[in-house]
Amino acid sequence: MTTELAPEPTPIAEAPPRRKRIAIVASKGTLDGAYPPMILASTAVSLDWEAGIYFTFYGLDILHAERFDKLKVASLANPAGPIQLPNILGALPGATAAATKVMKTWMTDARMPTIPEFIDMTQELGVRFFACATTMGVMGVKESDLIPGADIAGAAAFLDYAADADVSLFV
Amino acid sequence: MSTEETIATEIEVYDLDCAGLLCPLPVYKAALALAKLEPGDRLRLITTDLGALEDIPAMTRQRGDTLVSVDREVDRQTFLIQKGTQP
Repeated sequence: MTTELAPEPTPIAEAPPRRKRIAIVASKGTLDGAYPPMILASTAVSLDWEAGIYFTFYGLDILHAERFDKLKVASLANPAGPIQLPNILGALPGATAAATKVMKTWMTDARMPTIPEFIDMTQELGVRFFACATTMGVMGVKESDLIPGADIAGAAAFLDYAADADVSLFV
Repeated sequence: MSTEETIATEIEVYDLDCAGLLCPLPVYKAALALAKLEPGDRLRLITTDLGALEDIPAMTRQRGDTLVSVDREVDRQTFLIQKGTQP
């Protein structure tokens, strides 16, 4: 099937002033790794910037409908983590759950939003979500596994977005 | 009543208490509140976040609002923000 592509839109004579833009790559699928991209994106749109996040590799779990509210904090090889355990103990069953529970308690006590709440906040304010197509292929993630509202795209689409960004970050 | 006084009384001042909230929430909630105001209206924002003394001036600079005043107390800050004419 051939789809006719619409011609490029004609520039409007008086275009609105260009907004600043941030382009973020979220590559970590841990609870602690999910907060920074969400904090930066929600702040950027609050500053009247455009914001987009490209979720790739383990970061794609932040968009995974069955995993985004179950992100965890590593108890092993995480010397600055919420529970300070020797690695031999950090490997024990339940240690990761304990570290995750401590961080969730910190966040709740500090009245910080959860990651699902951040997803809602940022989507409502127009933050663009890109789901890495290669990650989906490599890890067997289907479009129906993702929360609604993410554009499935590859590196070229993200770079096309990031080329017009004032700030680009890989977290 | 002079014209100036008439204009002055028409400036609406709204209150937003973000005491106890950490970054990004004071900026996020202030932006949501400012979006509902008319240009020239003012928002009185209370914060306790340690970063707010840097964050709120940065927010008004980026958004095109005006930071009218900062009242700095030991454990909290009160910012008076005037909404700009941005769309």
